[in-house]
Amino acid sequence: MLGYICGRIFALMMILLAVSIIVFSLMHSVPGGPFDERKGRLPPAAKANILKKYGLDQPVWKQYINYMSHAVRFDFGIPYQRPHTTVAKLISKSWAITVQVGLTTIVVAFGFGILAGIYAAYHQNSWVDTLVTFVSSLGVTVPNFVVAMWLILIFAVSLNWLPMGGWGSSGQCLIDKYFCTDWILPVVAYAIAPMAIVARYTRASIVEVMGEDYVRTARAKGLSEIKVMRKHVLRNAQIPMVTALGTEIPNLITGSIFIESTFRINGLGKYFVTSTLNRDYPMIMATFLLVAFLWGILYLLTDIAYTMIDPRVRLGAKSLS
Amino acid sequence: MGEALLEVENLHVHFPTPDGVVQAVNGISYSLGKKEILAIVGESGSGKSVGVLSLLRLIPARDCKVQGSVNFEGQNLLKLSDPEMRELRGNRIAMVFQDPMTSLNPVLRIGDQIQESVIEHQGISEKIAKSRAIELLELVGIPEAGKRYRHYPHQFSGGMRQRIMIAAGLACEPSILIADEPTTALDVTIQAQIIDLVKKLRREIGMSVIWITHDLGIVAGLADRVAVMYAGKIVEFAPVDQLFKTPQHPYSRGLLNSLPRLDARSEKPLEAIEGLPPNLINYPASCPFLERCSYQTEQCQIPPEMRSITTTHEVCCHHTEKL
Repeated sequence: MLGYICGRIFALMMILLAVSIIVFSLMHSVPGGPFDERKGRLPPAAKANILKKYGLDQPVWKQYINYMSHAVRFDFGIPYQRPHTTVAKLISKSWAITVQVGLTTIVVAFGFGILAGIYAAYHQNSWVDTLVTFVSSLGVTVPNFVVAMWLILIFAVSLNWLPMGGWGSSGQCLIDKYFCTDWILPVVAYAIAPMAIVARYTRASIVEVMGEDYVRTARAKGLSEIKVMRKHVLRNAQIPMVTALGTEIPNLITGSIFIESTFRINGLGKYFVTSTLNRDYPMIMATFLLVAFLWGILYLLTDIAYTMIDPRVRLGAKSLS
Repeated sequence: MGEALLEVENLHVHFPTPDGVVQAVNGISYSLGKKEILAIVGESGSGKSVGVLSLLRLIPARDCKVQGSVNFEGQNLLKLSDPEMRELRGNRIAMVFQDPMTSLNPVLRIGDQIQESVIEHQGISEKIAKSRAIELLELVGIPEAGKRYRHYPHQFSGGMRQRIMIAAGLACEPSILIADEPTTALDVTIQAQIIDLVKKLRREIGMSVIWITHDLGIVAGLADRVAVMYAGKIVEFAPVDQLFKTPQHPYSRGLLNSLPRLDARSEKPLEAIEGLPPNLINYPASCPFLERCSYQTEQCQIPPEMRSITTTHEVCCHHTEKL
């Protein structure tokens, strides 16, 4: 098991290397550069000076080696958008907020989604099931910035119950600067789509497992419905759920530009877009490597989770003893 | 047979579907004595599985209609509340299912699956339950039971898994074991072992068995009495040797004629029963076997009633005298 995990981590390093090469070559092959003039023209000498300062006058392969030799020492350079700070500092500062948004959203989306899915599965074709299916379809099809606008219009503008935006600045918080009233709308808007997906998957997995022969066996033993569900149905329904739902997690903890700009949250999500638009090479590289890293780790964790849920799965086992 | 342990009277099981009502079981009656092994035979779709699943109210479709009465120890099982029913399931009446590859939960240790009914019904501690589970594994002939107790279903062969299913069924020492085609998925040598095991357990524990099968060879070697089912009805009910020697219903005769025999001349082809069973949605108003029967007369338009031809032999046909 340990050897397997080490192998997987080595593979993850190789993936990061591949991603870095692809992203670096792609972003340099896009026309335009970070210091292109938009209004007045810079004197050519001044521009050459700036390019030289950031090493952009060198051939791309040399720039890549230069970047990577710093990156392996966790020096990811200076963001061109904000030259007074470093990429590492900018990401850790903005990501700290995004992780708060993301984790809260994950708890809400998975908590309510799983509960709704279980309930719907156990009351198939009842009005609750129909409602869950309808809301799920809505949640998947309506984009989160539209939901965000509705929520703002209803709860902030019309009813004036909750603040329109911000993150941890409303002054009404549960703990210190966390779990504030201004967390509610962004988290709800952000959580609806993943919650819908979670609910649908949970329902589908449970309905499938409930039809299995071993569930009938468990009922024939005289176990109560709750025991049948806890011990036999849910344990098995987890297997497809882990596969499908694990992939929601990295998306949610890297933030969304729509949610962040709608609710004026200073998170990481917007940098995915602005760094690309501004040809902010160090920031592009760092954000992409972060996403690739999170996905790699997540897949590893999903595979480890399988071995805990399903005894038939043994990671890296050569043969059964 | 003495006093009956279980009495099924006029049991009907109907499933409403968008195409009409499927009449899966149509008024079957039988009794099961103490220590008796009763075999129910019939082809696929004859209602034999649904008939026994309905005894324990284990039919998954919520809208299915079960009528009649099932008397066990002075109570009608069809009228019990859900908790009362659960109290009997696995405890007094246990069930072993057809496919051992899918009937065990793949993510739980087999020990857990054997002992959970004992823990549920007798409220004993895990530790005692564990020693009981190991005892049961030894009883059904699983070597190294103490070690195997901790294994998962995928670490066993099909025959072993069926033994585990039987061990789980026996955990509470039930009065009745219902076995729904438990050997169909197994090869013949394993079948023979399982049958010997059930006979041994009947002697040792003194339980009654309802054994559902479509294999007449197993019936001959195992059962005391046989009920032959066709289109949701019992068409013949007799002690096993009488059925094999003097089958009365044309369907039973057809079944027996379709068996290969060691003493028959090899050139003669096996006789098949021509035609198909009736559609259970448009259930015929005549005798259900009419279309496939070579003895049919005008009289067969009226469905025959079950009647006794000897004290132990019942048959559902107008023409038993002619046969």
